[in-house]
Amino acid sequence: MPLLDLAHLSVSFHTRAGIVRAVDSVSFSVAPGETLGIVGESGSGKSVCCLALLGLLPRPPAVIESGSAHFEGKDLLALNERTLRTIRGRRISMIFQDPMTCLNPCIPIGEQLIEPLLQHRNTRRRTARQQAIALLDEVGIPAPERRYRSWPHELSGGMRQRVMIAMALIAEPALLIADEPTTALDVSIQKQILELIKAIQSRRNLGLIFVSHDLAVVRNLADQVLVMEQGRAVEQGAAEPIFNRPQQPYTQKLLAAIPRGSKTTSPTETAQPVANLLEVRTLTTRFTQADSKQPFTAVNSVDFDIRQGEILGLVGESGSGKSTLGRSILNLVRPDSGSVRLRGQQLMGLNRRQMRPLRAQLQMIFQDPYASLNPRMSVFATLAEPLRLHRALKGEPLASAVGALLEDVGLPPSCMRKYPHEFSGGQRQRIAIGRALASQPTLVVADEPVSALDVSIQKQILELLLRLVARHNLSMLFISHDLAVVRALCDRVLVMHRGQIVEQGPTEAVWTAPRDPYTRALIAAVPRL
Amino acid sequence: MLRFILWRLLQAIPVLLAVISITFFLVRFAPGGPFDADKAVVPEVRAALEAQYRLDQPLHRQYLAYMGDLLRGDLGPSFKYPGRSVNELIATGFPVTAELGLYAMGIALLIGGAAGLVAAQRPNTMQDYLPMSAAMLGICMPAFLLGPLLVLVFGIWLEWLPVSGWGQLPGDKILPSLTLGAAYAAYIARLARGGMLEVMSQDYIRTARAKGLPEYKVVLGHGLRTGFVPVVAFLGPAFAGILSGSFVIETVFQIHGLGRFYVQAAFNRDYTLILGCTVFLATLILTFNLLSDILAAWMNPRLRAGLNTGRN
Repeated sequence: MPLLDLAHLSVSFHTRAGIVRAVDSVSFSVAPGETLGIVGESGSGKSVCCLALLGLLPRPPAVIESGSAHFEGKDLLALNERTLRTIRGRRISMIFQDPMTCLNPCIPIGEQLIEPLLQHRNTRRRTARQQAIALLDEVGIPAPERRYRSWPHELSGGMRQRVMIAMALIAEPALLIADEPTTALDVSIQKQILELIKAIQSRRNLGLIFVSHDLAVVRNLADQVLVMEQGRAVEQGAAEPIFNRPQQPYTQKLLAAIPRGSKTTSPTETAQPVANLLEVRTLTTRFTQADSKQPFTAVNSVDFDIRQGEILGLVGESGSGKSTLGRSILNLVRPDSGSVRLRGQQLMGLNRRQMRPLRAQLQMIFQDPYASLNPRMSVFATLAEPLRLHRALKGEPLASAVGALLEDVGLPPSCMRKYPHEFSGGQRQRIAIGRALASQPTLVVADEPVSALDVSIQKQILELLLRLVARHNLSMLFISHDLAVVRALCDRVLVMHRGQIVEQGPTEAVWTAPRDPYTRALIAAVPRL
Repeated sequence: MLRFILWRLLQAIPVLLAVISITFFLVRFAPGGPFDADKAVVPEVRAALEAQYRLDQPLHRQYLAYMGDLLRGDLGPSFKYPGRSVNELIATGFPVTAELGLYAMGIALLIGGAAGLVAAQRPNTMQDYLPMSAAMLGICMPAFLLGPLLVLVFGIWLEWLPVSGWGQLPGDKILPSLTLGAAYAAYIARLARGGMLEVMSQDYIRTARAKGLPEYKVVLGHGLRTGFVPVVAFLGPAFAGILSGSFVIETVFQIHGLGRFYVQAAFNRDYTLILGCTVFLATLILTFNLLSDILAAWMNPRLRAGLNTGRN
């Protein structure tokens, strides 16, 4: 007897541009103690399914066209708002993706935590408080009495997600829906949160719907899997057969896109001694802190070299200082001490004016292609700007150079007149890469360039980067939190932890025989297929 | 917290100084003087008067003397109300203006806040368009037009409320307060709508809904605290506007408050009264701005922590 039985759910969004079918006749069921994993790329309708179950879709524009969802003798899709409210948070709870934005910043976490109890169980405040503190303890929050009074901003992302989990569990629901609960977290925190969810699920015999774009995570958790593409269920069933012998081309494509293995380098390349392009010595960058007199040392006495033509990976968790390091070597953030030499020329201490002629050689690609492109500039304007500035092109040569750049990054010349909003995330990142290449740089710092992208798009962009590095004899500092991506792309790797480089070496050597305990923990936390 | 307030008070000093100085010299340079009445005054009497009020001294001496008096809290004697000091005049006029301002502010918050809240619940429907169109009308309609209109409807046609006065007839405080509050109700409605619309699309509102909270608890318990921050930040400037704008209402409704003294002082070239009212209102405005900034900061837990540890 399944806990939840969803049949033929169809959801449309009625927008000005027309009707978009977000979910098309999807069916699934979840038994108590069982985990259903829903996988698919962004826009495939995974979240819409879950939100529809709880009546949390914004209506309008969403319209539930058809379907039924039987849960404890009721059809969730046919219930009125009043009855549905008695189920939300009491029988079915939900955890969301970003713990940074899912807690109310203006209410202490204890107050938020006991709300479901006060609402659904008429618990007295004092009893609710005790239950909440016990639950905070259960989800692994140290000093729960003190944390009960904390504000959300005083907690780290992992801690906040634990609070979200506690909040979802406090009224003892039968079904838990987790919508990308670890996507915004570091890999080691992700591991802890996944273990916590697993432990609580078996302790309480919860039904669990786990939505994720990360197939490795789902594989480690799910009994049943539903693969979604453009609102349709393309493949579903027991998890093992689907991961081992995917029948559908889409599932096969998803699995194939997961970065695995290491970069193949020909031995002749590695045998030759290569000149250092950039030499960084005892580089230190500090920030003044809002809540302390002590400056915060983001980058602490770091030494490394980038060789001509190599891709150097820089891995570390959020807050480890990897982005600051990337910006420091480009002088976008002013380092406090140390030296950065580009082909022997000291960059430290150069002011903006003095840096300007060097900017052409040093370029950057940013994480979020939705934010890094000026929405008011056409693709032509975006790409022409650095060409005019650094190569003094105009007129016909300028137009043909823009065309050549577009061809380089795999976009048709017809997109010149278009604006960023007309492109998908992957296409936008191609434009951003083209912009970085326009000035014919020697060194490109790529800060998490694929972490905002779907896995299949990620694969294409990584292939593009590899091709471009080889074709233009570029050197690249590739910053990423994703070890699998770094392994597939980088020749050598730096591991950064709390502002320091704890380990560096050829990628494969670090991957197979990590010497530093932190590197070992990081590698162990990577979910594997 | 203390440091933040001290810093703000320090910043207020040059502002006040500038306001006083500019006003002082501006009124002196305006044509006419306090004793240029219709009928000519005997030159001896005039000289005696000017000596009494220090007008015979050079301007910079008058300025320094005035600043000296000001430091002691003395705003000087009035030129037009013989035997009464500016301090006394403000003390009689201000309570009326303060009461009027307070009611107007209350009305503005109540009507504006509610309208904004209601409108934000269903954006781009009639529930949004109606209160927001009314708000637009409130912003566009000046008080000297709205006041007489309200008097015409409620005072003369319907005969429900007195047409003028303050505290003499039952209900005579309603129309002036409403007129003064209307424009600010309109501004507050727009701010509240904007703030609430932004908040209601936040992830934590979805979290609150997913807990099974009824909508009123989601809106009032989770939305209001952040949604009304813009409104709170506007309270300071709004109070300033209400205080200095009340002279229109006081004139329309024949109320003897500070605003009327202010306007009459300007007509009469009552130098000390003009300056006194300006200094007094400027101080009040600066205070209210500081208070609303503190309140808005206190509503944000991140900034509140900063206030408590004495940083800003």
